[in-house]
Amino acid sequence: MYALVDVNNMYVSCERSFNPRLDGKPVVVLSSNDGACIARSNEAKDLGVKMAQPWFQVRHLVKSHGLIALSANFELYADMSGRMMAIASRYTPLCIPYSIDEAFLDLDGIPGDLTQISRHLRAAVLQELGLPTSVGLANTKTLAKLANHVAKTCDRKPGHYPAGLSCRLAQVCNLAELAPHELDSLMQLTDIGDVWGVGRKIAEKLRAGGIKSVLDLIRADPASLRREFSVVFEKTVLELRGQPCLTVEEAPAAKQQILVSRSFGKPVTDVEVIVEAVSEFTSRAAEKLRQQGSVAGAIQVFFTTSPFRTNDRQYSPSLTVQLRPTADSRHLVSAATRSVRNIYRSGFNYTKAGAMLLDLQDRKAADQQGKLDLFAPEPRSAAEAASRDRTALMEAMDKLNQRFGRGAVRIGSAATAKATDAGTAAWAVRQDRRSPRYTTRWDEMPVVR
Amino acid sequence: MPAGFDDDFDGSQVHAAGQAPARPRDPVASSGFGSPGTDFTVKRTDFNDALVRHPQATFVMRMSGDLMIEAGILDGDVLVVDRAITAAHGHVIVAKLDGELVCRRLVHADGVVALETATSVPQRVTCGDDRPLDVWGVVTFAIHPMQV
Repeated sequence: MYALVDVNNMYVSCERSFNPRLDGKPVVVLSSNDGACIARSNEAKDLGVKMAQPWFQVRHLVKSHGLIALSANFELYADMSGRMMAIASRYTPLCIPYSIDEAFLDLDGIPGDLTQISRHLRAAVLQELGLPTSVGLANTKTLAKLANHVAKTCDRKPGHYPAGLSCRLAQVCNLAELAPHELDSLMQLTDIGDVWGVGRKIAEKLRAGGIKSVLDLIRADPASLRREFSVVFEKTVLELRGQPCLTVEEAPAAKQQILVSRSFGKPVTDVEVIVEAVSEFTSRAAEKLRQQGSVAGAIQVFFTTSPFRTNDRQYSPSLTVQLRPTADSRHLVSAATRSVRNIYRSGFNYTKAGAMLLDLQDRKAADQQGKLDLFAPEPRSAAEAASRDRTALMEAMDKLNQRFGRGAVRIGSAATAKATDAGTAAWAVRQDRRSPRYTTRWDEMPVVR
Repeated sequence: MPAGFDDDFDGSQVHAAGQAPARPRDPVASSGFGSPGTDFTVKRTDFNDALVRHPQATFVMRMSGDLMIEAGILDGDVLVVDRAITAAHGHVIVAKLDGELVCRRLVHADGVVALETATSVPQRVTCGDDRPLDVWGVVTFAIHPMQV
């Protein structure tokens, strides 16, 4: 049995946790450079703000409806994410982080009422972090994701599913508790676009073929789906029918972060082993990053002891570093290894480690904003783009700086002298409206009266 | 163990004499001098162990103003706030009040639920249906920086 737990509107919820003035208001969080809405409160969704909608298209709502816009505060979100994952890890040794705000919990062999356990987990995250979550339970990951969607929908739009089901399944939805006809009813009322692994194009093709609801989908012939789409898609459908078969590698990628994390076979105490593991995870994440044509503006590394080894002292450090947006493995791995050494402490038995790339931006868009590759010719192939280490401009800049002293040559838009501080570097993102980094910067802790 | 050394010595924790440490101890690390075949490890007094009972639920906040001076919390003090502890009568807590985070003493007795300042004349805000108590966390330590 799997439980998929995720934080509702995570970035907004993190902001609200430390600023009650945002409760009940329409709030959006903007991407780096304040370009697009990457998170919306329910009130903002009700105003019609769409995911990834450009800021300039909705800024009029500030005056007309009191919309509040905040610049993304990745250090805060990543730190809260680490805390949430650690809380989830109390309930099972097999907690698999999937993105910054989602984790799969493998509950096979866990004794007790799994729905009650999930409610307990939800209550703990709400009390200890102030973050509301939804939990979906089922015997496959794809169904657990679906159950999570149902849990959220029943909470937010009680009219969508039959009233009898809605109140039972809000916030925590366990598909194993449903009678077959109840499950069918849920599936009939759920659009295929809400299934994990069904993107817009696949959904359009399915609808053209007369498949609109999840119920339609599971009644279709898997073999013909494999022919028409892919083996992985067939597995998605088999999972919807209750057959666990998707591996971690085949699982759809999370949209806003790339996370690679593994548990160690045996507890690890040596920093060099952690460094090597995290480097490997970072490289893999960087490959996926380049494949999807993105660059990353931040990287978080984390490793942890296991609360299930009750004789072990517990320590779960993590560190988020902001970067000049890059898809270059060398930069990312270098930042990752420095971070590991920064937070590592000896004398602990670490059982898991990971790396997460955050603040993903479209590579072309980042180019256009003048942060990268100013005068470099277009790469002749994807392979060349993927393997390009530094641009000719950057190399020329470096040579001149080495010869004439640091800061001799800077990108034209730079306003300040210090090139290493994320806040003042030439590539500094516009973050006019970022909240304080409440949990990672001593000078920015919340103030109470 | 060399004769004469206390088997219960655990240099990593600051706790009152005679009181059991809060965490189950690794018998090897807690012996202070290790045992043959392991590394020699002496753990320095650790602020995290001493001040943080629930790592995932512990946050720091800064007190602004004089509304809690009678509780020993001065303007500019750093508060260690634990969200995993259930607030009870007499606790100093951080609460949400009218859209703000405030530090107050919790009154929860004789049917009264209220937030009170710790001033020479305490000011009380009673909580009820129209304004329910909304606890953020319990203050476990207040750290006063000295002028240095």
